[in-house]
Amino acid sequence: MRRFIEKSIEKIFAACGMITTVTILLIIVFLFKEGAGLFNSPEVEKGYALCVNAANPIEYISAPDVKKIYNSAITNWSELVGYDEYDINIVLFRDDNKDIFEYYDDEELGDDFDEIEANIPKKVLELIASTPGMLAFVREENLKKNAKGIKVLNKGTVSSDNFFFGHEWIPTATPAPQFGILPLILGTLWVSLVAILIATPLGIGVAIYLSELAQSKVRDILKPAIELLAGIPSVVYGFFGLVVLVPMVQKTLGLPVGETAFTASVILAIMALPTIITVAEDAIRSTPRAMREASLALGATHWQTIYKVVIPYAASGISAAVVLGIGRAIGETMVALMVTGNAAVIPKTLFAPVRTIPATIAAELGEAPGGGVHYQALFVLGCVLFLITLAISITAELISKRQHNKGL
Amino acid sequence: MSKKLSQKIAFWTFRILGWFVVGILLWILGFIIYNGISVISWEFISQAPRDGMLKGGIFPAILGTFCLIVGSMLIAFPLGVMSAIYTNEYVRDGKVSRFIRMMTNNLGSIPSIIFGLFGMALFVRYLGWKGSILSGSFTLGLLVLPLVIRTTEEALRMVPDSLRVGSYALGASKLQTIRYVVLPTAFPNIITGLILSVGRVSGETAPILFTGAAYFLATLPSSIFDKFMALPYHLYVISTSGTDLEAARPIAYGTALVLITLVLIINFTASFIRRYFSKKHGAN
Repeated sequence: MRRFIEKSIEKIFAACGMITTVTILLIIVFLFKEGAGLFNSPEVEKGYALCVNAANPIEYISAPDVKKIYNSAITNWSELVGYDEYDINIVLFRDDNKDIFEYYDDEELGDDFDEIEANIPKKVLELIASTPGMLAFVREENLKKNAKGIKVLNKGTVSSDNFFFGHEWIPTATPAPQFGILPLILGTLWVSLVAILIATPLGIGVAIYLSELAQSKVRDILKPAIELLAGIPSVVYGFFGLVVLVPMVQKTLGLPVGETAFTASVILAIMALPTIITVAEDAIRSTPRAMREASLALGATHWQTIYKVVIPYAASGISAAVVLGIGRAIGETMVALMVTGNAAVIPKTLFAPVRTIPATIAAELGEAPGGGVHYQALFVLGCVLFLITLAISITAELISKRQHNKGL
Repeated sequence: MSKKLSQKIAFWTFRILGWFVVGILLWILGFIIYNGISVISWEFISQAPRDGMLKGGIFPAILGTFCLIVGSMLIAFPLGVMSAIYTNEYVRDGKVSRFIRMMTNNLGSIPSIIFGLFGMALFVRYLGWKGSILSGSFTLGLLVLPLVIRTTEEALRMVPDSLRVGSYALGASKLQTIRYVVLPTAFPNIITGLILSVGRVSGETAPILFTGAAYFLATLPSSIFDKFMALPYHLYVISTSGTDLEAARPIAYGTALVLITLVLIINFTASFIRRYFSKKHGAN
């Protein structure tokens, strides 16, 4: 009986041992499940088709152009199709039982409600076929097959090419949202790389100080301080960046806004420091005593021993520390959200607003209707971030394995 | 340049860097304490926000964070400790334990915003728990799981094998050994891990953005299926969105100070427990 109980409790422990594996699998399943529909979703607003007069030479209108048309930044077809080829003003039309009454009166549409209802689809198509400059959003059920004098544009689904290499991220633009995640990926890498460039020399320097030079009294102050630095919540870093660093950067560099890639990088560098210091210090400490003493016995100074023997020996451990630091910076959400300025543009300088993947998800998921195209796009974005961080943690693991093998 | 001189320059650089990091910490802490201390009062801690968040206190946020801590620990602590017992006591150095450790590390390196997405997809939408304390607790619980497992494993590894062997020699079974010898010895360090996880949970913002954190609630949550306010989320919204950011600054400083104090207390408690018990062990 007791053996039976022992065995079953061991089974329970074993089941708990699998919890992290199960969680990772669940995360993968749900991220991909929620994002999967994206590349099957129509490019144009759901339930609508984008139509123009058949005489119109235009074949495709990109989302930014649609947006410009709606903002009246583009008013003439010649601006879209090329110079003077089709010099007609754009007339916007939306098939929502409202616009149609501006073109037809009751006599033409019919007297009672049912008759009007039945007449509208026919009249809408008639209207587009007879108005050369019209750009119309027609309800799919009103669009007959092979309707005469009408051309349907942007029939495709959201393409993965556009998604991964598109230069514009305007997910809420109606009626044709644009999902190009290139600026977000570049923004994320940009911010994290600069952060790591700042944090690496600092972190390694402190790690050397802690492991080689500091007396135990100094260590007793420094170690807890670094632990505390790691313990401060990211939102507090974000807040600190927002109220201290942002105005500071803006003033000293004379920029129009202080929310820049550089500001975020500085804060992320501070946040990555504890990770880098701790891991690098462990690596430096693992250098065998015999190697140090051999170097010292040959007449090298302590400093020469450090940079000619200790650092090369610990190199893979230190690289693992840096890679882990990058991982920390790439995934950081709140700081990126609060101090990067969140402009989804491809970064060209350090001193302009950018937008990162985690910040985009955090800022937009709350407003994206569940199950919609935008929602799906954010989950695909999550998959991308997941894969990036997974690649990073595997790299770090491989590197530190090399360090362990060396130890044998 | 002589090698003595270059050594001197290098070492001074490292020394300055070391203290520079302490300086950064003091700067951040000092700034928030300096600006937040005047806001802190009994009213601030015990009352709900008033007048469009510009007056009153942050009690609902403190309560919400407390609920999240309790909820997520109820999930992460038993699961994490049992998982660590399995890898460290049952399958010590085999392929299984290596696999589990790798998975735990990987889970630990997943960014918190991914947990937010996951929580939204699984708990909020698929299981239909909506945005609630329950959804938030589960999301945060899974987030700190790797931390609980790692610290517990370390605690278990520090128990000397002689104790286990001695227990077996007295005729105890494996389970009895774990129950009466290993766990009591490792207990202080396990608790330290638990406290560190509490610190992590109380500061996380990204995972609760979509799993139930609310900007403002007129009433306190009455069940685990209600939405909640939480300190980190409160700090985020109050410092970035609102009609009058400047007027809300004092509240933001106060919230940041409360949050940081919470984290400081948690950290100090953890290191105190660790030190206290390691001294006691040293005396034995």
